[in-house]
Amino acid sequence: MIDRVYRDERAKAVAILGRVLGDLDLAEDAVQDAFVRAAERWKRDGTPRNPGAWIVATARNAAIDRIRREQAFARKAELLARAEELPDDGDEEATIPDERLELIFACCHPALAVEVQVPLTLSLVSGLTTPEIARAFLLPEPTLAQRLVRAKRKIRDAGIPLRVPPEHLLPERLRAVLATIYLVFNAGYGPPVRRELCGEAVRMAAVLATLMPDEAEAHGLHALLLLHDARRDARVSPQGELVLLADQDRGLWDEDEIVQGRAALERALALRSPGPYQLQAAIASLHFESETDWEQIALLYARLGELAPSPVVELNRAVAVAMAHGPDEGLALVDSLGGLDGYHLWHSTRAQLLSRLDRENEARREYERALELAPSDVERRFLRDRLQS
Amino acid sequence: MQYALLIYSNDAQDRFAELPDAEQQSIMREYFAINELPGTFGGAQLQSAATATTVRVQNGETLATDGPFAETKEVLGGFYLFEADDIDAALDVAARIPAARMGGSVEVRPIVER
Repeated sequence: MIDRVYRDERAKAVAILGRVLGDLDLAEDAVQDAFVRAAERWKRDGTPRNPGAWIVATARNAAIDRIRREQAFARKAELLARAEELPDDGDEEATIPDERLELIFACCHPALAVEVQVPLTLSLVSGLTTPEIARAFLLPEPTLAQRLVRAKRKIRDAGIPLRVPPEHLLPERLRAVLATIYLVFNAGYGPPVRRELCGEAVRMAAVLATLMPDEAEAHGLHALLLLHDARRDARVSPQGELVLLADQDRGLWDEDEIVQGRAALERALALRSPGPYQLQAAIASLHFESETDWEQIALLYARLGELAPSPVVELNRAVAVAMAHGPDEGLALVDSLGGLDGYHLWHSTRAQLLSRLDRENEARREYERALELAPSDVERRFLRDRLQS
Repeated sequence: MQYALLIYSNDAQDRFAELPDAEQQSIMREYFAINELPGTFGGAQLQSAATATTVRVQNGETLATDGPFAETKEVLGGFYLFEADDIDAALDVAARIPAARMGGSVEVRPIVER
């Protein structure tokens, strides 16, 4: 029970206390205190009717205790006055405002270094611990801990607001928030898969879409992550090997998530404001059909390339074109792309197309090059298999 | 919150000097307009770094030397002091400072309030 409350209510409480106190470190500590007390009290007295309000009220009192104990706080009186503004009744009538959105926007503020935005969001919004985040991003724990502390201090000292940005800043800031959630998902999608990161990203995308129902791309990202997540178990074999889409066991696809993802995509498309996440979700959705419409996928990639030009998108379009019109045409497109010589998937795509054209020697050389560049063991094993077959 | 908007001119001053009079005047009007914003509570344009003198006190002895404290291209050309609710408002003003789009940059630093 307390685990579920922790997941649902922790970020809300941190957001409310953080905004009122103007100090996220203090807010986090106080909310942590409240959950420690909850672990003792709820076991004895049962879970309160309104656990979220109980947590906020208890965290408020914990914050006041902490501020009183602290001798050196220059702003002690001011902080105490602020803390006292917080709701102190944890009864079942109290409604706790959901300010997680404000918290996410603060974590992704451009005044914070890009490399700290993702871990900060995972720490403050998802409630992942520093060791968990350090493991996920292969960072030494002290380095990460120091970055998080610095970022929280900057939010406080430089006046980074906990709020949804005004209209003229919203498009750019929302892009940063969407990108952060997408990066969290990618870090979990692997291989190797880290379920908890994928789950957190899907949950944050759901929160974003719920709290910003008029933003088509928020629904688009939610749809995309659900549709990718639906294939999570099918794309890596029990031995940890990468399984290509065409070879995946459809029984391992998560039907619930496919249905939810398609519903989210419908909500996005109904807003008639196309964007890169919606296009990628539409492509992911087409991949679940029993007969893949490669022509349509190639068109969607072309549109995606217009909205968000990138050689990686062009590479994907080339694959779709090869499937729709044959390997010759695909290979010509792949060869026309510049700047991907250091990208293992460019070489493995060339290799596959060359192999389909029975140019086996050239294909082997490309697989070998891809093997040198591949970033993970799983991908290297996959490419070695291909080389041997 | 109070912020200092520190203007590093880099190439901006040279570019400014090459502009025709009318454009120079229009840019100066932009600087004056920032002075008139409700949040602005101070500011100054500095003379060129060539006019700087740097002072250090070592063992009770005052040493004055010619030139800025660091010989770099990044020269502090001036500053504004600006009061705002949060950093977003300060960043908006910083982006309006002409030097920022003329090859210079503006550093936004919160001021310690006591």
